[in-house]
Amino acid sequence: MDEILRPATEWELKSTMAVLGERQIPVEVIGAGSKRGVGRPVAAPVAVTTSGLRGIPLYEPTELVMTARAGTPVSQIEVELASRGQMLAFEPIDPGPALGAQAGVQTIGAVFATNLSGSRRIAAGAGRDYLLGVRGVTGRGEVFKSGGRVMKNVTGYDVARGLSGSWGTLAVLSEVTFKVLPLPDDVVTLAFMGLTDDLAIELMSTALGLPFEVSGAVHLPASLVRRLKHELRTEKQAVTAIRIENFTRSIVYRKARLKEALTAYGAPLELDLESSLRLWGELRRLSVFPNDSHYLWRISTTAKAAPRLVGAIKRHMPVETFYDWGGALIWLETPASADAGAADIRRAVAIHGGHATLIRADPEVRHAVEVFQPLSPAIERLTRGLKAAFDPLGLLNPGRMYATM
Amino acid sequence: MPSIELQPPDRSVIARRGAIVRDLMALIGPEAVIADEDGRRTFETDALTAYKCLPLAVVLASSTEEVAKLLRYAKANGVKVVARGAGTSLSGGALPAEDSIVVGISKMSRVLEIDYEGRWARVEAGITNLAISAAVAARGFFYAPDPSSQLACTLAGNLAMNSGGAHCLKYGVTTNNVLGVKIVLMDGEIVDVGGPHFDSEGYDLLGLIVGSEGQFGIITEATVKILRAAEGARPMLIGFESSAKAGICVARIIASGIIPVAIEFMDRPAIAVCEAFAKAGYPLDVEALLIVEVEGSEEEISDRLDYIAQIAQELNPKVVEMSASAEQSARIWKGRKAAFGAIGRLSDYYCMDGVIPLAHLPYVLDQISEICAKHGLQVANIFHAGDGNLHPLIMYDANDAREAARAENAGAEILKLCVAVGGCLSGEHGIGIEKRDLMRVQFSDADLAVQMRIKSVFDPDWLLNPGKVFPLDAQESEASGREAPPRPASGAEAA
Repeated sequence: MDEILRPATEWELKSTMAVLGERQIPVEVIGAGSKRGVGRPVAAPVAVTTSGLRGIPLYEPTELVMTARAGTPVSQIEVELASRGQMLAFEPIDPGPALGAQAGVQTIGAVFATNLSGSRRIAAGAGRDYLLGVRGVTGRGEVFKSGGRVMKNVTGYDVARGLSGSWGTLAVLSEVTFKVLPLPDDVVTLAFMGLTDDLAIELMSTALGLPFEVSGAVHLPASLVRRLKHELRTEKQAVTAIRIENFTRSIVYRKARLKEALTAYGAPLELDLESSLRLWGELRRLSVFPNDSHYLWRISTTAKAAPRLVGAIKRHMPVETFYDWGGALIWLETPASADAGAADIRRAVAIHGGHATLIRADPEVRHAVEVFQPLSPAIERLTRGLKAAFDPLGLLNPGRMYATM
Repeated sequence: MPSIELQPPDRSVIARRGAIVRDLMALIGPEAVIADEDGRRTFETDALTAYKCLPLAVVLASSTEEVAKLLRYAKANGVKVVARGAGTSLSGGALPAEDSIVVGISKMSRVLEIDYEGRWARVEAGITNLAISAAVAARGFFYAPDPSSQLACTLAGNLAMNSGGAHCLKYGVTTNNVLGVKIVLMDGEIVDVGGPHFDSEGYDLLGLIVGSEGQFGIITEATVKILRAAEGARPMLIGFESSAKAGICVARIIASGIIPVAIEFMDRPAIAVCEAFAKAGYPLDVEALLIVEVEGSEEEISDRLDYIAQIAQELNPKVVEMSASAEQSARIWKGRKAAFGAIGRLSDYYCMDGVIPLAHLPYVLDQISEICAKHGLQVANIFHAGDGNLHPLIMYDANDAREAARAENAGAEILKLCVAVGGCLSGEHGIGIEKRDLMRVQFSDADLAVQMRIKSVFDPDWLLNPGKVFPLDAQESEASGREAPPRPASGAEAA
């Protein structure tokens, strides 16, 4: 990388992109760069960062809406929201620390460009579900907008949502508008001890099928519980954690009903507000996966299939697993190897259903294997078509998602 | 009346109608093809009844494979296709074109698979919205989006328009409640997008497809989220002497940290009509009525409604009344859900669907009254206040061409007003033909070009649901830009 360009306004961003386009110079698109290690290594002589585009031009707490420039750090946004008793309900994970970057630096533009979400995915959705509108610059160097600042909007195609999860390969976002929600008054976590993966998933599915709005359901085997900083580490056994968030009076009631319905799984520990916030905060930063030489996969599947999928992979390599989303999301730590276990993992995913993404591996490995879920021929054709429509010269993050795009 | 120009049909296709009908009968079977004029008449319009157009033929498909065959044939022969669910579109989204085949999918209405543990259901897209909830109700689950037409409208149409409903304040709209679709592209290819798992990596094709107004392909199956219903739900009525106070009340409820499942607003004319129809017990002496619903256990509901009542009391409301029974709740909702029908019994109406930032509510409601008065028309307002999605119902006489034209003009002015205050043209009904020519009010040519290029990726020949969403001249300029890369040879061009 020779140079990082840092436009300070959307106009500067557009001008930068136009000049790069004229000279057909490929460009790596980054925010704070904390997720730069995800995806295939980008071969580009220049990088452009949105981190110079900062600020919150619009925040209307009574309308549950905020507009922020793409380079605004998420931490700044969350502080601003908390000052009015609100939050990013989709609770985006902060993968920075697991990738060797600082915590709290990622930008709001990148959160939507990569469609992050967190444990509240099961109850509240992902980044894509909160995105109301975007402004940005396409690979053609043209400024465009999509969506708007109102909660409901079907005016034209949903281009904003289409850009979520495109990892800067279609356009550089300059501004995002999103829905926010009130912070819960109170949080309680029920931590069940010593369950096998199968039983844990059964418990989580049961809890999520009850009318008590469980907003987090995770399972950590004993080996990962030991890595927690949270006091649960002293339990030295698997932990299955169920979170409820609401007004205190509701929580008291719902907690009792949940415990009643889940008696078969033993008596849970109860974590109060403060203890809950620490646990879920730690999980949000993926703290059970320190930035070491192991590789890290993220597998989205169904809860029902998850234990068998993990079982199939375990036949080929030793892994550590953290189940989120009631079991529908598997974080998988694998030993470092030439293909990061891709062949075996992809085979297991093909059999049991879902999608797998290699989140952390050495650059040469990420260069050699497919990092994102391989595309079916029809989806690949559409993906190529969209890439050509937004970025016909293939200048934005070339090769980051797929080797030939 | 109609002042919106329909896309000029391809006369050469119309001239081949006889051959096309014969081909369709051979392809799918004669019993699935409706070719006689009376039969086609049934499909000539949708819920935007001012516009009518007889299609070449109607085919009622009963499988994904049949849809694939039909589209492959249509593409090869350069024939346009309009997909149709129940035909309840308020924006002309299902209006046929004279040179098009209508492909109806309402026969494809089966529930294919339900997974309560995983909380999803896989269904054929012709199923009605309400039938999905009905299929899972016994286990206490439901499908969340609830457009007013939910008894009739199909999931396919909901997906095409990204429909909302009264309860989307809490549960989101269609796009937030669908996990995957099976879509047939115009070249007949059957593509599975997403699945029962969350968030497929790669470009969010599902996000693009939902809300694409039937212009990207025909969805034949979908995997939707089903949610465990709350233990109970109960609405309350809050009446005010002015809409401004109602607007402030909504803002204060939301700012307090409570997100009710629904906050609906009715103005005086709407209250009168709905009360006469449903006997819901709405107060008749208020200018603005809010229906606020919360969910939970009986105790939680009481807690929450009391709290909302306190917020309302600070604004000196004329009425605060909590529903006392399931029966009263049902009546309160019946009045709201039947609003369009009730007004329809009094008059023809033109239903708008603009969205505004809530802070502008009093100003916008004043302006709507002024605009309609200027055009000599009555208007009733019923809408989803929690998310600022307005539904002014402009009443007019469809048999009076000039009055009808005035209604359209008033509607266009109202939508421009919505955009001017920071809102948008459509919150849940879609653009269709109705708002097509207003798209430039909201979007620049560059914005539209981005959208139209996406259309060209999915449907390079622009054969699906033609003449809608984009102003006709914008469609033409996109078409002329597309000539550069060679288009795939189609049978029509060869013929």
